[in-house]
Amino acid sequence: MIKIILIQVLIIIILPQVLAQSNEECLMCHDDPDFKAKISGRTILLHVNQKSFTASVHGDLDCIDCHENYDADDVPHVSERAKVECGSCHDDVQELYVECLHGKAKAKGDPLAPLCQDCHGKHDILPVGDHFSAVAPMKIPFLCGKCHREGTPVQLQRNIPKDRILENYSQSIHGEGLLHKGLVVSATCVSCHSAHRILPHTDSRSTISRQNIAETCAVCHAEIETVHRQIIRGELWEKQAHILPACVDCHQPHEIRRVYYDYGMADKDCLECHDNPNIVASADGHSLFVNYDTIKQSRHTNIACSQCHSEVNVSKHRPCETIENKVDCSACHAEIGMEYSVSMHGSLAAENDENAPTCKECHGTHGTLGRLNPQSPTFSINIPDLCGKCHREGETAAVRYTGTEKDIVNHYTESIHGKGLIKSGLTVTATCTDCHTAHKELPHTHPESSINRNNISSTCGSCHHGIEEQFDKSIHSPLVSDTDKELPVCFDCHSAHEIKRADTEGFKLEIMTQCGRCHEEIAETYFDTYHGKVSQLGYTKTAKCYDCHGAHDILPTINPESRLSRENVVETCRTCHPAANRQFAGYLTHATHHDPDKYPFLFWAFWGMTGLLVGTFIIAGAHTLLWLPRSLEWRRKLKKMRQEDNDSSESVEDNNVDKA
Amino acid sequence: MSSEKKYILRFTRLNRALHVFMIISFLILSLTGMSLKFSYTGWAKVLSKFFGGFESAGYWHRFAAVIMIIVFISHLVDLVRVKRKEFGSWKALLIGKNSMLFNKKDWQDFKDSLKWFIGRGERPEYGRWTYWEKFDYFAVFWGMFVIGSTGMTLWFPEFFTNFFPGWMLNVATIVHSDEALLATGFIFTIHFFNTHLRPEKFPMDIVIFSGRVPLEEFKLDRPQEYKELVEKDELDKYFVEQYPPIILRGMKIFGWTALSIGFSIIIWIIYAMIFVYR
Repeated sequence: MIKIILIQVLIIIILPQVLAQSNEECLMCHDDPDFKAKISGRTILLHVNQKSFTASVHGDLDCIDCHENYDADDVPHVSERAKVECGSCHDDVQELYVECLHGKAKAKGDPLAPLCQDCHGKHDILPVGDHFSAVAPMKIPFLCGKCHREGTPVQLQRNIPKDRILENYSQSIHGEGLLHKGLVVSATCVSCHSAHRILPHTDSRSTISRQNIAETCAVCHAEIETVHRQIIRGELWEKQAHILPACVDCHQPHEIRRVYYDYGMADKDCLECHDNPNIVASADGHSLFVNYDTIKQSRHTNIACSQCHSEVNVSKHRPCETIENKVDCSACHAEIGMEYSVSMHGSLAAENDENAPTCKECHGTHGTLGRLNPQSPTFSINIPDLCGKCHREGETAAVRYTGTEKDIVNHYTESIHGKGLIKSGLTVTATCTDCHTAHKELPHTHPESSINRNNISSTCGSCHHGIEEQFDKSIHSPLVSDTDKELPVCFDCHSAHEIKRADTEGFKLEIMTQCGRCHEEIAETYFDTYHGKVSQLGYTKTAKCYDCHGAHDILPTINPESRLSRENVVETCRTCHPAANRQFAGYLTHATHHDPDKYPFLFWAFWGMTGLLVGTFIIAGAHTLLWLPRSLEWRRKLKKMRQEDNDSSESVEDNNVDKA
Repeated sequence: MSSEKKYILRFTRLNRALHVFMIISFLILSLTGMSLKFSYTGWAKVLSKFFGGFESAGYWHRFAAVIMIIVFISHLVDLVRVKRKEFGSWKALLIGKNSMLFNKKDWQDFKDSLKWFIGRGERPEYGRWTYWEKFDYFAVFWGMFVIGSTGMTLWFPEFFTNFFPGWMLNVATIVHSDEALLATGFIFTIHFFNTHLRPEKFPMDIVIFSGRVPLEEFKLDRPQEYKELVEKDELDKYFVEQYPPIILRGMKIFGWTALSIGFSIIIWIIYAMIFVYR
């Protein structure tokens, strides 16, 4: 017993030394970088880089562990030149490989069949987790692509059902994640096809077969059922898995995007019945005729009937008999569907409100057109009419609306936007949907509304970006001014639907009262000055608030950038008064003569003048009033005198004084 | 009948012409100026529109100002001419009997007038120029100085701020506007009463346009001057023919127009001051 243990210990201690010696022996020859041999008429480099070998996963092994039958003494190993069998250790992988397309090709002696070393390398194999490994995720597409890209012998000579695999993959969401974003957890070739048991999709054991693909995808996309609840009702995953579409039915292999490709029921199956102009619903008799031409001319020209009218069952004679629900556009337009569901329209529709518009009220049904098509009701120029269908005065929505905006469509039509759109045909002009959004329109009181006080500047800024940038730096921006008071936003000055050109007289004159709504005192004192008085007469050439303060870029006067800072104020005056000087800029543009502390000169000038005025009138007025009775007396005297005059000259002529 | 009446010449042709221009320019200045001063009222906006909008009203205002300055300068030049021709020296002109300057008699007349008003004396024997007429006369000088200088400052603010601080423009505005209010108020009430509306002259005295006073009226109104002329035997020198009725009617129409505009302005101002003042 002791003997046996002793021998074992000896073996453990001595054997490695013997073997180590063996590696050294091998390297005596194979360490030479130029060590070559001619085998079967081909010159082969037999050099082994010792450094990369020791760094490899097999670094602890001896040469003869893999090169099993080699005898160091029998140089040049002519007698036992057998291939390295990775499977002797990696027998589990070997099993998979044998079954797989690659393994079978090898068995058939296909010279293009990849061997272990073709993917993993030879002496320098690194673990998969090592980024330098030949099979690291980042390298997989290129590794597989060595054979499976356009123009390679494999792609040209072997039966590969897909083309442009590498190119498509690199543009797919997976390829983008891996190659552009460096996400090593993105799916690579081996994630779907497996690494060693690559089987055709027709093979039921394949990871990409119809039966297994969902499972394969679900390795990463674990929550896929929840995500697809919009499209596939939850219980179907369990009950009717066989009629559910497979992942790849919608998400093309190698091209996976948020795009869907038509697959499944052919349109002609539907048209067998629905092409008949006389077909009607048995329930209420409404026509079920579908003009296929309108679909072909529509935005959905490449979409199959069954993609919208889902729930069809191909196994039925009338596949549509399993349909229970109406078309749900959000099956494809999921994001829009989410937006719509929170919108005013959507929430009313959820309450089954009869006036609530659904997708088809705006977009139509089979003939739906893209919003860039001038024929489409959602084309920008048609939008005011489209929304006006309900929101015009007297129509369903306008009747229910209780807010402050009246006669919306007409006001819009007269506004700068409406004129731009309708009169000038400028399709980039803001329409209803540009401000209210197309699908997520909410009342302005809603914090998420695009027209909410807090969001309106970015809404307007989506077109008027330069203005938004200026405004964000101005004193009126919440980013600059930290205040409890309500800061003005776009519509406070520009209104909502009546927006006027800022260079029209009406706008210019109104703006003073707009500013005055908050800056009450300043506006009042402004109206005491020449500028204000003239403006009040309806004259737009004199300075108004924005002429001096700026419009969107108002800054506090202490800011050197301000138009009214000490550095800039004279220049600002010069825009109207070209000869303005420093002292000229000292004119008090908001002066009042009612404030003795702030403006003593004006106060005393005013009261001095008023005193003079009152004094003069009191003295002169008293003088006049006192004079009045005597003057009357004098008048009578004059009259009498004249009468006497007339009598003496025997005149009958009336005199003027009498008449008067 | 009227042809038998005798008329005394009271105002020279130049003085009458100057007064007409004075009236025209003063009315324009008042209308355009008040429309600005009371810009918050409805009538101001209408008035401003009448003058072709504010900008145009501003040009009218400056145009009328230039006319008035020319009137004023013409009068000064005329004074020099009159001095040379009729008086020979400034002293004779200024201290003489018919001087526009206030003198002892004016003070006496003023006191006697007050006595007469309260029934403690007879009507004073007024001379060629009464004290209230002299007051009106010098009011123009004062007004020309105060309103004219501030007006020029406001007309050329860039130039004047080379010498004064900017807030002087604010002061100039107040002074200009309040002095203008005083001037219009005074002319359209006190002056109108003193010369036209007081019962013995009511409704209008067109002597400033015709320059002619009936001798009878002259005797009563200015006994002192009449006496002097008789004493010096110079009365004949001043006898003139009255204008034909058509011209007199024209003068009356002009006078009525001016009076109506003046009264309207007063009513507008009172309305603005009482009902919509701020």
